[in-house]
Amino acid sequence: MDRRDFLKVTGVGLGTLMIPIYGRSVAAEVLTTKMDAAAKKKIADIALNAAKANGATYCDVRIGRYLRQFVITREDKVQNVVNTESSGVGIRVVANGTWGFAATSDMSADAIAKAAKQAISIAKANSRLQAEPVQLAPTKGVGEVSWATPIVKNAMEVPIKDKVDLLLGVNAAAMQAGASFIRSILFLVNEQKYFASTDGSYIDQDVHRIWAPMEVTAVDQKSGKFRTRDGLSSPRGMGFEYLDAKPQHKLALPGGAVVYSDSYDMKEDAIAAAKQAKEKLSAPSVKPGKYDLVLDPSHLWLTIHESVGHPTELDRVLGYEANYAGTSFATLDKWKSKNFKYGSDKVTIFADKTQPTTLGAVGYDDEGIKTQRWDLIKDGVLVNYQVIRDQAHILGLNSSQGCCYADSWSNVQFQRMANVSLSPGKDKLAPEEMIKNVENGIYIIGDGSFSIDQQRYNAQFGGQLFYEIKNGKVTQMIEDVAYQIRTPEFWNSCVAVCDDKDYRFGGSFFDGKGQPGQVSAVSHGSSTARFNGANVINTARSLG
Amino acid sequence: MSIFTETEAKTILDKVVKLSKADECSAQLTGSIEGNVRYALNSVSTSGIVNNADLAVQVAFGKRIGTATINEFDDTSLEKVVRRAEELARLAPENPEFVPAIEKQNYKASDTYVEKTAAIGPDYRAQVAADCIEPCKKDKLVAAGFFTNNERVTAIANSKGNFGYQKSTGVDFTCTVRTDDGRGSGWVARNLGDVAKFDAKSDIKTAIQKAKGSADAKALEPGKYTVIMEPAASAGLISFMMFGFDARQADEGRSFLSKKGGGNKIGDKVFDERVNLYADPWDAQSSVVPWDEDGLPREKTPIVTKGVVDYLQYSRYWAQKQGKKAIGQPGNLIMTGGDKSTQDLIKGTKKGVLVTRTWYIRMVDPQTVLLTGLTRDGTFYIENGEIKYPIKNFRFNESPAIMLNNIEEIGKPVRVADDESPFVMMIPPLKIRDFTFSSLSDAV
Repeated sequence: MDRRDFLKVTGVGLGTLMIPIYGRSVAAEVLTTKMDAAAKKKIADIALNAAKANGATYCDVRIGRYLRQFVITREDKVQNVVNTESSGVGIRVVANGTWGFAATSDMSADAIAKAAKQAISIAKANSRLQAEPVQLAPTKGVGEVSWATPIVKNAMEVPIKDKVDLLLGVNAAAMQAGASFIRSILFLVNEQKYFASTDGSYIDQDVHRIWAPMEVTAVDQKSGKFRTRDGLSSPRGMGFEYLDAKPQHKLALPGGAVVYSDSYDMKEDAIAAAKQAKEKLSAPSVKPGKYDLVLDPSHLWLTIHESVGHPTELDRVLGYEANYAGTSFATLDKWKSKNFKYGSDKVTIFADKTQPTTLGAVGYDDEGIKTQRWDLIKDGVLVNYQVIRDQAHILGLNSSQGCCYADSWSNVQFQRMANVSLSPGKDKLAPEEMIKNVENGIYIIGDGSFSIDQQRYNAQFGGQLFYEIKNGKVTQMIEDVAYQIRTPEFWNSCVAVCDDKDYRFGGSFFDGKGQPGQVSAVSHGSSTARFNGANVINTARSLG
Repeated sequence: MSIFTETEAKTILDKVVKLSKADECSAQLTGSIEGNVRYALNSVSTSGIVNNADLAVQVAFGKRIGTATINEFDDTSLEKVVRRAEELARLAPENPEFVPAIEKQNYKASDTYVEKTAAIGPDYRAQVAADCIEPCKKDKLVAAGFFTNNERVTAIANSKGNFGYQKSTGVDFTCTVRTDDGRGSGWVARNLGDVAKFDAKSDIKTAIQKAKGSADAKALEPGKYTVIMEPAASAGLISFMMFGFDARQADEGRSFLSKKGGGNKIGDKVFDERVNLYADPWDAQSSVVPWDEDGLPREKTPIVTKGVVDYLQYSRYWAQKQGKKAIGQPGNLIMTGGDKSTQDLIKGTKKGVLVTRTWYIRMVDPQTVLLTGLTRDGTFYIENGEIKYPIKNFRFNESPAIMLNNIEEIGKPVRVADDESPFVMMIPPLKIRDFTFSSLSDAV
């Protein structure tokens, strides 16, 4: 499902749609069941044997069952409850030194063997146009292992009625607090993935994700003005416990806004959103110019994603994404120089697919590599990229970093972004103390509009809440703020990062890449950080 | 099996409707075959073919709705999918905005199927890749592209006796050509229903020329410029603007087409009087299936005439509530124009900027449909009717509602598609004054 499909399913696009467009729609209780690992091993072995017998030098098989649930509401109405299931087998081979891929939803022995053969014939046909044979970084099979997201409450097991009651309660609270409109959604994902390869791995994984977005609108009919404030939750690799609203996970920020770390109080945030959306209607418009920015983690994750996560993907650097998402300014010569200052000394950015509760956390990637953590930018210097098995040799690495992912059994796996995060500052520093030293700045909370060029130099970001900082104090809410960056200058203007007590995650369910397009879910952690002298524009316009 | 004949589709759908014990039942059967080839660094990277078929069944008990889908079509599976939908409907809360299934319709077929497009195979796709890669290799250029073709079938039916069936085909091609030193980049795209009109060998020349011509780009100061937007460049902005054409959003006061004090801007002049937008499922060059996702018949619909808004999209619920007629949601978007090509518009321009395409467009402020995004793969400075030199890419912050008031000239519409747009579009090249570029980008 891409972003456009999501907009269709949730009805926030042009029209509404009652028919699910991802996978098969199923009854709620089907979402709580699992396929037996032994049955999956049997299917996998059919494919592996068929591939080997027909000339593959390597084969991997992914048996996937992808379950999703959407509960979609507005104000006092449930607009839709959709349960979907999509299952099938994807078979990838190397034959004649070339990749081939085929997929089938038919899990009979004949269909699987046929798909394996089809993958081999595609590989052989394409080998004529292959410049160099595929080089796979060596990996040892891990035998029969399993991994599961460490959830406390399986969200798929929570009755629909409880979810509906929760959202309608959230909506009622927002309306009572003065919202003109609210839309709230629960979006739950369970990927049951089985991976097997000719290296001798049989990996069974059960991956859970949850997202609870909302949009609150305030309309002033007299002036014809409207403003929205989105929820400040983040999508997470967690169960329903993310919605437990534990007091220790609530943080009051300087200036009064409240944000959340490892659990979310959706109702409280809806009330705040209603009040803040109304406040936005009359907040003064920003004066464009240079400001020091103090960026909350609920905002900074998206800037990290666009300006560091994507440009350090090796396939982009090499040119494989040139026709769609683009290439990268972080070229190999910059990495080879060992002194390319991507950012200031305060900036250490790492990739990590092991951090618990993140969207990217899995035990093994989609080519059976154990997940890990590594630095991309160390003390400001570009030191590494994100690679998969057939790219490792390009960097002189003898193993993959485990960044391979496919969004469905029917799509071929390829290099996707790990969780990419900014290391907290080493010295003790809280947002309050950081702000004390800012003379003329803007404090930005929540993610808003975002856009970046195809080599990841020039980006522009908005936000949800903007506060003016004058002489060390948060003074008032302001509006119509967007800042523009040139990536290396921006990260080199980073003068301080708060300590690990402030470290929080943001993320996205819909990071798009590839043709045909695939999405992946990824988290980005950071503490509040300060960037000096950023270019801020005013986005207010008049239509006359 | 994925491309069902009309008889096969009707047999399946009739069975489904008959099996349902709910108050009403609607079903949609879709099938598709999609082939693709992807190439980068002058070499094929991936290629595949995907067969897909799905049956979606929606039933209602009173105002309770349930939806289920399945991709198997034997009698047991059909029974299973209907029972599943019924089970979900019984569990669902009442939807106060429930609207009954549509009555029996008479759909007027549109010409969406071309035999030759349906017959495209892997050899044809490989040849498209080769036709792009070979000239690039010879010229020290690097090609990266994607070609995809599809054959689709859509059939709908409901318990009120409605039935519709139609097949369609399409091809979509994009190719980026870069100089091997990475200093120049060009692009070409084609979106067609009939592959006979497609010629990769000829189209690739456009991308090659732009790649070679865009190296050594000069930096111009950001600011307001007269621009010539090629059709692909303005399509993304215009299509994004259409999100504001929802009647309910406008009536609720949260669209740029909301009226101060309440109501919407139907009947108001919002754009330059030369702006005419309409939808027409039977348009020869951009035909689409003659019904929307609800099964409502699409009609030839004026959207903007002489700058005046004459259409907003009413959902069936909102139409009923507001006492309006709901018509099928447009599947295409046609902007009228004259006979001039992009080249003709350049010829008549004293000073300006030519924009090949726009990229990463996002909403900045829905109040004014202010959008941001960047130029990409071929941005040039025009002086005295000629392209003078390549210029660095710009970031723009501009509203299509302002852009379509600053029109200098409109050229001849061509068919374009956009990854993030639900429409097949016919968009002309546009000459626009005072287009707002707010910063420079170093990206090539």
